[in-house]
Amino acid sequence: MMPKDKTPQVAESPIADVFEGRHPSDAEKQWAEKTLAPTLEKAPEKPIGAATGVNLDEHGHAKFTTISGVPIRRLYTQADLPEDWSAEKYLGFPGQAPYTRGIHASGYRGKLFTMRQFSGFASPEETNQRYKYLLQSGGSGLSVAFDLPTLMGYDSDHAASEGEVGKCGVAIDSLEDMEILFDGIDLEKTTVSMTINSPASVLWAMYLVVAEKQGADWKKISGTLQNDILKEYIAQKEYIYPPAPSMRLVIDTFEFGSKFTPKFNTISISGYHIREAGSTALQELAFTLYDGVEYVEWALRRGLEVDEFGPRLSFFFNAHNDFFEEIAKYRAARKIWYQVMKNRFGAKNQRTWLMRFHTQTAGVSLPAQQPMNNIARVALQALAAVLGGTQSLHTDSYDEALALPTEEAARIALRTQQIIAYESGVTQTIDPLGGSYFLENLTLQMEQGGFDYFNKLDAMGGMVKAIERGYPQKEIAEASYQYQRAAEAKEKITVGVNEFVIEEESPHILYIDETVAKQQTAKLKALRGRRSNEEVARRLNALKKAAAQEPKAEANGISPANTMPYIIDAVRAYATVGEICEALREVYGTYTEVSIT
Amino acid sequence: MADSKIRVLVAKPGLDGHDRGAKVIARALRDAGMEVIYTGLRQTPEMIVSASLQEDVHVIGLSILSGAHNAIVPRVMDLLRQNKMEDVIVVVGGIIPDQDIAALKQMGVAAIFQPGTAMDDIVKFIRANVKPRGVPAV
Repeated sequence: MMPKDKTPQVAESPIADVFEGRHPSDAEKQWAEKTLAPTLEKAPEKPIGAATGVNLDEHGHAKFTTISGVPIRRLYTQADLPEDWSAEKYLGFPGQAPYTRGIHASGYRGKLFTMRQFSGFASPEETNQRYKYLLQSGGSGLSVAFDLPTLMGYDSDHAASEGEVGKCGVAIDSLEDMEILFDGIDLEKTTVSMTINSPASVLWAMYLVVAEKQGADWKKISGTLQNDILKEYIAQKEYIYPPAPSMRLVIDTFEFGSKFTPKFNTISISGYHIREAGSTALQELAFTLYDGVEYVEWALRRGLEVDEFGPRLSFFFNAHNDFFEEIAKYRAARKIWYQVMKNRFGAKNQRTWLMRFHTQTAGVSLPAQQPMNNIARVALQALAAVLGGTQSLHTDSYDEALALPTEEAARIALRTQQIIAYESGVTQTIDPLGGSYFLENLTLQMEQGGFDYFNKLDAMGGMVKAIERGYPQKEIAEASYQYQRAAEAKEKITVGVNEFVIEEESPHILYIDETVAKQQTAKLKALRGRRSNEEVARRLNALKKAAAQEPKAEANGISPANTMPYIIDAVRAYATVGEICEALREVYGTYTEVSIT
Repeated sequence: MADSKIRVLVAKPGLDGHDRGAKVIARALRDAGMEVIYTGLRQTPEMIVSASLQEDVHVIGLSILSGAHNAIVPRVMDLLRQNKMEDVIVVVGGIIPDQDIAALKQMGVAAIFQPGTAMDDIVKFIRANVKPRGVPAV
């Protein structure tokens, strides 16, 4: 613990903070009095941003905080670490518990982070071309962005899909579209990540069938399914069914995956969207890892073994503007997950303890104004992710706030990663910032803050219960409003938006019209004329029957009521995303959230 | 007209669930003294216009980030005309490409707030443009 030896006689002096809540050495005290104090007298510190609100302390002195509002000291020294601090005790070594310094003993020397650019737009045909382009440009994995109808489980010709087809991602209606999407791409050799949640098992089934048709071995294919429904209720709001049946579908994929696709990550527990919705870095960390806890609890209740599915759990974090706060977040996340898996769940398999994660730079931090400046922002954010030891990375395109990326913008984003990997030198040594007083202090604060949130969520009875009472949603809404207020008061500066503003012309963007909707509608019509609709109906009925039963893990197989095999069957008969999700809607109903503003 | 009398319906039509902007704006308008009704997610144009009629709002704020504005906004404007609600002003916020702005304004949208618009500017715009009702506002 850090001692709280306050020195009241200097409470209102500008150097009071040197003595508060820490244990400065005599030399540091002397520095503060002899060197710092006269400097501050001559030139008082000025906040970054307007000298109001969050930028002033109660004595009217300049206050400095991270983008999440965490107070930052002028200088960090040994006095900001616990008195019993040692690298051996608090950090360990890379590849060893508690994994603060990384999960690999050789860092990036043996394997660089995977450069995985999230991409998808318009039709499967057009996206297939973009994928081939990204792979030829040196991208090392794919990441599929689906359009909103697909994310919400509607076919392109559904009334609710009007105006949305192909706009925010690629439109996928049936196995036929998935075959086109991966045409000419070897799925045994390419790792593919799919950002899909409520209908995750449906799209995954389509992927598995395409892989099988290519002759790929399910045991060898690797990739990641986002499949994180909890953060949908918390932040992104693309949910279909109520929480309990949604959780059941997720656990079905865990169970299926650990038997049939041992190299596929069946979930990517995501803080990215929580952060984009306006949370602080700490909330992102805490809610995400606690979502992980909730999935483990549900899987254990099913009767699954933690060391069997645990190694397939992966994570996904945001890389926001505040450089050191982000690095601390990743380091603390590894440490927390290790402790939780080992101590709370009794995991014995070392692979279960490892918090492996993907990172994406913060879309929300990239304004539409002077968009080229975003290239610099993305580079810094991506650098934080790499210094934090990410396993894979997506760098946003500079035109993020305007539309889906143009080909040029997508290429610059990928090049930014390559410059970090091949030119900057930061990948040559492991956790190069480890041992920094500042970073280690932030990492410990993050860890402590994370566990404080864990206690609150435990007391509420878990994350599903907390979501139902709107707790994480309220925390995030409050943080996002406070940030917006501070930004508009210029207490937080965004270059080109509230400072250094210029008049400018609008840039060239990728514009998607309604042609894709027409094409997809025509394809669906042809498909429904060509396939056996009776067979589809029969398989959907079988799925509904299984979905209505309570699954229970069996010793040497998967639960007889696991929905995955039934969904795969339906997919093989070319049942559409909309039809399969509709069948499940009939069994589970839909969810409407209580609105919080 | 007095701020306390301005009633705003903030709605999020379409399939998109990114509601950060809608919620921040709802709170900012409320903090500015307006009465705000937030509809929640995935409202159809019919639901939005019917809620606006029932709640007797002066302003409808639509938050659209997905690119579906060209399908959604015309239907809202048509329904307002059919219900003789031309005294309700409609403002749209979100990711709206420059090339679509003229057409949206042509169909009667009072203002389009693109990314980076200050909350305060939205409050000022609404105060300056809200249309008076039959009963004099105090």
